Amino acid sequence: MLRWIRQQLGVDPPHQSDTRTVYVANRFPQNGHYIPQRFADNRIISSKYTVWNFVPKNLFEQFRRIANFYFLIIFLVQLMIDTPTSPITSGLPLFFVITVTAIKQGYEDWLRHKADNEVNGAPVFVVRSGSLVQTKSKNIRVGDIVRVAKDETFPVDLVLLSSDRADGTCHITTASLDGETNLKTHFSVPETSVCQSVSQLEALQAVVECQQPDADLYRFVGRITVIQHGEEIVRPLGPENLLLRGARLKNTKEIFGVAVYTGMESKMALNYKCKSQKRSAVEKSMNTFLIIYLVILLFEAILSTILKYAWQAEEKWNEPFYNQKTEQERNSSPILKFISDFLAFLVLYNFIIPISLYVTVEMQKFLGSFFIGWDLDLYHEESDQKAQVNTSDLNEELGQVEYVFTDKTGTLTENEMHFRECSIKGTKYREVNGKLLPEGMTDDSPDGSVAHLIGDEVLFLKAVSLCHTVQISYDQPDLPLGASDPFSHVNGFSSNHMEYYASSPDEKALVEATKRIGVAFTGSSGDTMEIKTFGKFEKYKLLHLLEFDANRRRMSVILQTPSGGTVLFTKGAESAILPFATSGEIEKTRLHVDEFALKGLRTLVVACRHFSPEEYMDVDKRLTAARTALQQREEKLQEAFDFIERDLQLLGATAVEDKLQDKVQETIEALRLAGIKVWVLTGDKHETAVSVSLSCGHFHRTMNILELLQQRSDNECAEQLRRLARRIKEDHVIQHGLVVDGASLSLALREHEKLFMEVCKNCSAVLCCRMAPLQKAKVVRLLKTSPEKPITLAIGDGANDVSMIQEAHVGIGIMGKEGRQAVRNSDYAIARFKFLAKLLLVHGHFYYIRIATLVQYFFYKNVCFITPQFLYQFFCLFSQQTLYDSVYLTLYNICFTSLPILVYSLFEQLVHPHALQSKPCLYRDISKNSLLSFRTFLYWTVLGFCHAFIFFFGSYILMGEDTTLMGNGQMFGNWTFGTLVFTVMVITVTLKLALETHFWTWMNHFVTWGSIAFYFIFSLFYGGIIWPFLHTQDMYFVFVQLLSSGSAWFAIIIIVITCLSPDVFKKVLYRHLQPTSTQNSQQSLSAPPAQALSCMESLCCYQQGQSGCSRLASLLDQMTGHCKAGASNCHASSRCNRIRPRAAWQMVDPDGALGVGKRSA
Amino acid sequence: MKEEGNLENRPSNTAFTQQRLPAWQPMLSAGVVIPGFLVIGLAFIGIGVGLLITSRSIQVLELDYTGTETNSPCNKCTTLPIQNNCVCKLNFTIDTLFKGPVFFYYSLTNYFQSQRKYGASLDYNQLSGDLTYFKSPASDCDPYRYANGKPIVPCGSLANSMFNDTFKLYQIVNGKENLVPFDGKGIAWWTDYNIKYRNPDYSPLENAFNDTEKPVFWSKPAYKLDTSDSSNNGFVNQDFLVWMRRAALPNFRKLYRRITEGDYKDGLPVGNYSLEISYNYPVKSFDGTKKATFSNVSWMGGQNEFLGIAYLAIGSMCVVMSVVMLIVYAKFRFPEDD
Repeated sequence: MLRWIRQQLGVDPPHQSDTRTVYVANRFPQNGHYIPQRFADNRIISSKYTVWNFVPKNLFEQFRRIANFYFLIIFLVQLMIDTPTSPITSGLPLFFVITVTAIKQGYEDWLRHKADNEVNGAPVFVVRSGSLVQTKSKNIRVGDIVRVAKDETFPVDLVLLSSDRADGTCHITTASLDGETNLKTHFSVPETSVCQSVSQLEALQAVVECQQPDADLYRFVGRITVIQHGEEIVRPLGPENLLLRGARLKNTKEIFGVAVYTGMESKMALNYKCKSQKRSAVEKSMNTFLIIYLVILLFEAILSTILKYAWQAEEKWNEPFYNQKTEQERNSSPILKFISDFLAFLVLYNFIIPISLYVTVEMQKFLGSFFIGWDLDLYHEESDQKAQVNTSDLNEELGQVEYVFTDKTGTLTENEMHFRECSIKGTKYREVNGKLLPEGMTDDSPDGSVAHLIGDEVLFLKAVSLCHTVQISYDQPDLPLGASDPFSHVNGFSSNHMEYYASSPDEKALVEATKRIGVAFTGSSGDTMEIKTFGKFEKYKLLHLLEFDANRRRMSVILQTPSGGTVLFTKGAESAILPFATSGEIEKTRLHVDEFALKGLRTLVVACRHFSPEEYMDVDKRLTAARTALQQREEKLQEAFDFIERDLQLLGATAVEDKLQDKVQETIEALRLAGIKVWVLTGDKHETAVSVSLSCGHFHRTMNILELLQQRSDNECAEQLRRLARRIKEDHVIQHGLVVDGASLSLALREHEKLFMEVCKNCSAVLCCRMAPLQKAKVVRLLKTSPEKPITLAIGDGANDVSMIQEAHVGIGIMGKEGRQAVRNSDYAIARFKFLAKLLLVHGHFYYIRIATLVQYFFYKNVCFITPQFLYQFFCLFSQQTLYDSVYLTLYNICFTSLPILVYSLFEQLVHPHALQSKPCLYRDISKNSLLSFRTFLYWTVLGFCHAFIFFFGSYILMGEDTTLMGNGQMFGNWTFGTLVFTVMVITVTLKLALETHFWTWMNHFVTWGSIAFYFIFSLFYGGIIWPFLHTQDMYFVFVQLLSSGSAWFAIIIIVITCLSPDVFKKVLYRHLQPTSTQNSQQSLSAPPAQALSCMESLCCYQQGQSGCSRLASLLDQMTGHCKAGASNCHASSRCNRIRPRAAWQMVDPDGALGVGKRSA
Repeated sequence: MKEEGNLENRPSNTAFTQQRLPAWQPMLSAGVVIPGFLVIGLAFIGIGVGLLITSRSIQVLELDYTGTETNSPCNKCTTLPIQNNCVCKLNFTIDTLFKGPVFFYYSLTNYFQSQRKYGASLDYNQLSGDLTYFKSPASDCDPYRYANGKPIVPCGSLANSMFNDTFKLYQIVNGKENLVPFDGKGIAWWTDYNIKYRNPDYSPLENAFNDTEKPVFWSKPAYKLDTSDSSNNGFVNQDFLVWMRRAALPNFRKLYRRITEGDYKDGLPVGNYSLEISYNYPVKSFDGTKKATFSNVSWMGGQNEFLGIAYLAIGSMCVVMSVVMLIVYAKFRFPEDD
């Protein structure tokens, strides 16, 4: 019992033993020695909260944030001690912040719940109590027998029991797990494979024992014990018996399997790394700034406390006759008093750390992220998919990316190969509309005169259509009868229902191409291969298959032709075949192959060899001997293969295009110009990877390609790395590209991380092939944790990319063909790779600028806010008297200054999006978190302090001459003084933001001027009423009295101008003396009159048909009734307004005006 | 192109969603800023001159009567033993007509009305005439909440420390002292007098104060502050209201009386004057000073050179900055012109 509780609480790991015992169909043995085991259910949980634990868990999470915790402490301190401000001043904003954040996180979690429910609620068929029951995926338990039909994904890790085939095999594709699209054959043990029906399964008594779940997709150790006729038969189980969750059943009508790993214990789920909260670089620097401000706060509080006691050392200031202390105060202990004073100062100054910063940042991120989904440029029309934002926490990180790690298959490529050209007997051909056209001929004869293919061409095509390992899948639902027999429908030859599957997409493309041209591979059965040559069926007997291997880089088949002859067809890389060719147009073909390769096509060379019966006898004997050899089989096979594959007659070469996605090359080029390094990480073979790299512009032909491949030992690897490093040093001029494979990489990472990093950093492009999913994550982590701590982005489409996507700072999923795993686990999801450019260069740039200014501005405005408060302590004997009223203290950040910065941070566009996209180098302007560098931080902070000094001492000198400021001779009090400072502050701080704003939409106008107006209206209202529930009426009519004084108005104007004019001056000087490239492109792009609206226009004019804008605007119209008149003469006024600035230019600088005129013309 | 209906996910093509809202994109370039600064600078210089002239036209006469110096007539009131109702007289001469209306202020220095505990030490409910708080004043009022077991009304340090020097001004004409009439109305804020502070609705007022104690430092209870005028008595006594509006800074001036009546409506004519001070308020303990000030006001209040100087300074700064920008501009041109 106790153990059970502890297990539930997660104290004890639930699995004590190394193996788990699964009783098929959960038929437990009767004879007692069975220990019940607990397994996870088949629920996939990516959500964080449930309805029940949301409140406590979310609160806990939120208060783990240092800032929230800080405000909680301040609030509690306020409740405890005699404070200068009421607890409401910090309690209310805290409550607001916590609530808004909770709502946002709740909403995001709700989305995750929805996605989980979709997966967990998917219908599955399970054999229970003798019949097939439909249930939800989440209800599958370990031991259940699950039926999966063709093209369905496995809902759980299954051990295959039987399939509809007699031999108990099935084909699956693991594309969504590891990105491999070929068909894989999985097996069942003979004892269970006979149980093809529910009733037979019902009678099956079997136990599966297997290891506890682990993340390795390719490892599975277990055994199955089948009890037949009272006899126990034990069979070993390996990965070939296991069907992984997420893989898809192909080419097989249905299978039955027993669930062994469920839910979060399935191998797919274990390959996900647990979702860690990603934090953006901006948030990190924000926290640094917070700590600096905390230090400033503590310094101010301590200084004030010390000064207070220094002052009080003199009796006359300690207790002047007019301000006697109470008995209690006199008697309390001095240490306690000291602490309490310190805390009171802390409370008084606590606003310097802006609580609303967090809520504004949250809101900005949440609302701002909608723009990604709304962007039409990120919308893929063919698939009707728009960009998707899964977490809005990282928007600005998109503007900081330094390394992009991209998957290849399905990310850079469409995952589709297309046959393009070939070379037969020294003549180049193109495929046009299903016909082979020799070079130079055009397709002017649409149908009739088919250029008749001559013998060589047919032989070539036959070779291509026979020399492969392609399998055929028939679309069963469309075929009424006998569909399982591949030959039965051949007579109908409905090509639509036939689908080729191949481990190599090239082979698939080639076989498809020959079919189009007229030599169709129609199927294989046993050792017979059948092709249909221009309507005529031919059967070939497959005598031997010489498999592909990476050393030989070719594969061959030996066939018996229908006429009885024996022929060998071979196909492979040109370097693997041309040396062994003895006849045929060798030189011309070599030339053609090089031409194809230059076009970025993937080439293969095809050759044949005819055997005389005697020759074949020898070949057959050698092969059989090698294959059955018990020792050194590998070497012997190699030897045999080499013996056979020679004296070849060259037939020709093929050129296949792995269709790249649209604009991949441009995108990679743009990223490179933006200073982003692109790494390609792929599970693919080295050759394929390199050729794609070349064709997508990741590798250039001019690049010096370094290789770190097939390293077997540590020393060898280190040696190679050193060699590479030397090579890099020796020739600096050339750009370097590095190719690494998975095995070598793990060696390199184990011992020589530094050396490897050194090599990597000097390479402008890196390609990692043969990577396991977790290895991809490892590479990302390696870069992430390197000393420079670059910001990384991972992009991929398959489940094999999930761990990398989760590891990188920003993870992007491609909504491709390989399921939704990557999308679900990504931070952002887009439909195509090319969208990455806009996502980073435009959206990332915007978000970064917006949030960076937001953060800096927040600190600035709070320095402005609280420094006068600190200064005032020098004039009130450090008695913690507040300068502003409590309501002003509370509302400053919530109401008076919150909206302009929020609107700014949603809509600001420093440069036109087109400029950002066409000049990727602008991205460098913001790289390395430059807008949040210590220098800019210092600028804003110092500016804040300067402004605060001007507000305070401006008002001080005005009032400090103790003259009346009113025409009736009456005097102002302390609250009027505070209100004057506050008024100046609200105006200055708002206008400071207005100076920073480059993109004035009507909303900016509305909130900027609205905020100032709101402050005035609110103050009039607040000061105009005796508030019955308020303890004091300090502010009654203070604001009106202030405004009734002409001097106050003059003071407000002069102080505001004093604060802002140096800033304007500085901006102008910088713009002209040291313009950044961003500013330059501002200049050149905003000049065309079509884009640069005048101020009034942006307020009142909106283009027709822009529904969102005009709807809002007309609403505004109705509310204010103000723009109605303006709208009608909008066009006229806009024309005038456009001319006016030019006139202004003309006065000052005729050349400049000319420049504008030229541009606009 | 597929049909619209098939593209459910297609984002709407509005200016808002595509971030293409029409917008004004101002640029702070020299071409706009230089004339702007020039205009602002010149305008400010103009305003500054105007403000300075206005300020200079205001007459101020300040008389220190703290009595720390031995030759001061009020010195006798500061030396021990302190007598009650010590009266001292300050004589002064006015050379030119002191234009009316003349305002008479008293000033205190080194006096921190801005202290938090001090300023919070009052009970607004009492002062708005709520009798329940006459019985139990707010705890903020400590240590001036109860005296002799009875609640203090008005309670608290602020009320308790009310300024209690009184002044009388005589013009000496041919050796005879002519009393210059003081107007005690309209020295406090209209809203304080009419709305914020209220006497309890009791007649006679005195009865409302039954079972209460006067503030410790006061010589007479609140209902006797001005027995001659019931509308200036109790909590709505204007001197009391003036005192209760706390000064922001340690050196402050408070309006005491206006000279608006009779022969002195147009100002104080040339001649010899004598200010009779009933010296009660102690400032020596905190090194404070007390001053009596005569001043007339313009639309912008009393004499205040700061605004005029500030406008002149900032105005000339703007002009200088625009010149600097012009030089920079002439030398470096616009970056886009290259």
